Amino acid sequence: MGSWAPLVMSATTFAGSAQFAVTSILGASASTAAAIAAAVLLNARYAPISISVAPLFRGPRLRRLVESQLIVDESWALASRGDGRFDRRILLGAGLLLYAAWVGGTAVGVLAGDALGDPKDLGLDGAFPALFLALLVPQLRAPRAAVAALAGGGIALALTPITPAGAPIVAAAAACLIGLRRPA
Amino acid sequence: MSAVWVVVLVVGAATVSLKATGPVLLGDRRLPESVSGAVALLAPVLLAALVVTQTVGGDNALVLDARLAGVGAAAAAIAVRAPLAVVVVLAAATTALARALI
Repeated sequence: MGSWAPLVMSATTFAGSAQFAVTSILGASASTAAAIAAAVLLNARYAPISISVAPLFRGPRLRRLVESQLIVDESWALASRGDGRFDRRILLGAGLLLYAAWVGGTAVGVLAGDALGDPKDLGLDGAFPALFLALLVPQLRAPRAAVAALAGGGIALALTPITPAGAPIVAAAAACLIGLRRPA
Repeated sequence: MSAVWVVVLVVGAATVSLKATGPVLLGDRRLPESVSGAVALLAPVLLAALVVTQTVGGDNALVLDARLAGVGAAAAAIAVRAPLAVVVVLAAATTALARALI
């Protein structure tokens, strides 16, 4: 990919899974359309994710646009308080830290990639679902949240074998419609 | 412009727009009561979906590998109320160990 393309991509896309997908598709088949489609599908989850935290963003549109770029799975998950509300300082603080680490890490990778080895050897791909699970469990006390989470996880599991990566999460978001019914 | 740059720029613009959806279009406008109940459930629903796809997800495939051992260890740590950092480090270590052994 050269040196600058990965850096620009980390700075603008700032979402690991989509970037990895693009890299592997471009490496394997060099199909531009397939790489774009896969990455956009993977990042489509940010539409519902960003709607869930919309009330935290105030001020002029441009400021909201810039701040919203700090939304990433991990900062969003850490900021979640569990009752449907989110902590603005954690979202932006963790987002900023992750952003700096991500772009900085990409620079290190570009300069010294071959010397670093495979991050899978460190088990990092098992650490992220563990983080999400740890942040999910405290949110399951409310019966409706538990039912919705079960439905969302079930949809994701059912679709994983038959759809491209990214689609199961977007489809699972529909499980939140359980909440349309007013609480008794 | 090379294909790589086309992909980088298009995907970058699309991602920026997707992340801005809620904050720019909705901002701090209050949602109607009936809809806010659904939005409040987005967190547990999306977290559950992320747990599933990141544990057994592949492209058009269910992939059972070392990640499952890591998440299993994490679940046990969560059950005994271990701190978040312990859960995450334990999951990474278990995944790495399982991968080395398989």
